[in-house]
Amino acid sequence: MKKINASKTFKDKAKAATSKAAAYGKDIDLNKYVSSGEEHPYQADPSQLPPKTKEQMLGAGVMLDDPSQRSGTYLQMDNTPIHSSIRQDGVEVMAVSQALEKYDWLADYLWKAVAVDSDKYTANVELNQNDGYFIRALPGQKTVFPVQACLYLAQARLVQNVHNIIIAEEGSELHIITGCATASREEPGLHIGVSEFYIKRGAKVTFTMIHSWNPETAVRPRTTTFIEEDGLFLSNYLLMKPVNSLQMYPTSRCIGENATVRYNSILVAGKGTSIDVGSRVFLNAKNARTEIVSRAITTGGNIIARGYIEGNAADVKGHLECRGLILGENGVIHAIPELKGNLPGIDLSHEAAVGKIAEEEVIYLMARGLTREEATATIVRGFLRVDIEGLPPLLSAELKRAVEASEKEVM
Amino acid sequence: MLKIQDLSVAVEGKEIIHDVNLTIQNGETHVLFGPNGAGKSTLLMAIMGFPKYKVTKGSISFKGRDITGLSVDERARMGIGMSFQRPPVVRGVKTRDIVAACLKGHGDGESVEQLAEKTDLKDFLDRDINYGFSGGEIKRSELLQLLAQKPELTLLDEPESGVDLVNIALIGELMNDLLEKNCPIQYRKCMGLIITHTGHVLDYVNARTGYVMCDGTIGCIGDPHEMLATIRERGYDECIKCYLGRIPAHEEN
Repeated sequence: MKKINASKTFKDKAKAATSKAAAYGKDIDLNKYVSSGEEHPYQADPSQLPPKTKEQMLGAGVMLDDPSQRSGTYLQMDNTPIHSSIRQDGVEVMAVSQALEKYDWLADYLWKAVAVDSDKYTANVELNQNDGYFIRALPGQKTVFPVQACLYLAQARLVQNVHNIIIAEEGSELHIITGCATASREEPGLHIGVSEFYIKRGAKVTFTMIHSWNPETAVRPRTTTFIEEDGLFLSNYLLMKPVNSLQMYPTSRCIGENATVRYNSILVAGKGTSIDVGSRVFLNAKNARTEIVSRAITTGGNIIARGYIEGNAADVKGHLECRGLILGENGVIHAIPELKGNLPGIDLSHEAAVGKIAEEEVIYLMARGLTREEATATIVRGFLRVDIEGLPPLLSAELKRAVEASEKEVM
Repeated sequence: MLKIQDLSVAVEGKEIIHDVNLTIQNGETHVLFGPNGAGKSTLLMAIMGFPKYKVTKGSISFKGRDITGLSVDERARMGIGMSFQRPPVVRGVKTRDIVAACLKGHGDGESVEQLAEKTDLKDFLDRDINYGFSGGEIKRSELLQLLAQKPELTLLDEPESGVDLVNIALIGELMNDLLEKNCPIQYRKCMGLIITHTGHVLDYVNARTGYVMCDGTIGCIGDPHEMLATIRERGYDECIKCYLGRIPAHEEN
């Protein structure tokens, strides 16, 4: 990728961090993976992709046969952008490499929200073949349909290095659905995804990310969002398919007055899955608001569900809700909600609960005529219930299927 | 018909109900009076079949079948329904979902919306069941579910407790609907067993037979209005002295 300014400094910093372990999660040996992959051809019409590929992308919420419900599309296979298009004025969707050619100023946004030397994964993205999506809503422009992006891991044992930049200019509105998927259901791979969001004054971004990896994939996303005055960021994350090891702690920094951020996470971990997922918000400006909600179900996997809110300005308010359900044997959920208040007059709270399904609730539903299995399934479905803005019907159906699959494991 | 014979019930190894006999014919509503701790709720729970309430002796028959060994859901599907006094909150499960589940198999009746309208709970359909509901809202929500379930035997545990005057008339109306009180007696099939501590429910629902339960036994059967008048005048202490032949604990010293 061509970077116009300061890339030498970034490279130097990255080189110094190549052995720097991440603060959380299992340390991944990068030498087990290959850093350079084959180039993939550009697809002007993504509906011409092989049916199996399209089906896997659809499983992660990316619709290629009927893009009429999307305002733009970006597809990346391994480290190659294979498609970008827009269907609505006022929004830009392209590869970051292409955007850097087009806009001199874009270099100022690279590694601004996420530090290049955060850990060896961010360093790896800078030092190796990489690309990602550039999605931008122009000032005052409001997209009706979401922009969709798919990061697809096709080659076995590859490190997919992704660097995304998302900019919502002043007063704009942007909806994004990002799906991540793999071609193989058993080959190992590593996905490192750096995402830097810039939500400017009065702008609104909804971001829904669906992960559909395989049981051998390791995943290390690194995401930070800056939210300016009166900006709004709604982030939804769904992980219902198996993955080997996933660690992420997306962070939002509310830097303008009345900035608001809300995180919803739905996590399901079966046997063999180990995930360490959290959401972290710094309320750094007056009257900033946040709500972090996570729902975690283990049917045999390990889940660390983190949450962190820090209040650094007057009249900020934050609430953290972390609930976990342990179904079946050998599953572990470790909820770690944290609050830090640095001055008087702030309002931060949290609630966390981890447990099994309450027998009292099962019996209550059985007294209405539901069998024990139906009652349990109803409660699990309710626990995972998400009313996510911008979720298309196909995706709702996919979510429902994933929930039902989880229910079957439980029974 | 519900027929309870020589029923004894234990909770966590301790016998609470002793040798109870009770019969409710089709179309009849009976009322169970008694002081707090008498075992009234335990009897209802045992009829509904909650696992914690173990039948140690005797039997429960419903519609001519011995149901003593049946599970809660089997009894519900046979036509027994119960309003809970303190139902649990089930997060994420909407009131609409449960009402729809209760309606299953009664598709020819009213819709979820119509029933919600009738119970004044339209705004509650998309809320988590029982979450943040007031006392009156819980009662109406329980009746909403029962109206959808259409049980042949309705078990109501203190339906008037915690309900304000505005709500009580509506709740009375819903109970009468549930118990087919507007239907001529000869065509009425639905049965009811209502627990009441204060007896206020009799101002709204007519009942044919009353019982007084104290210390886990039924000692008196008769006209519920006459019974209530006596209880109001002399209190349950008189019942304890009369049929248990003992001095109430608080009078002993």
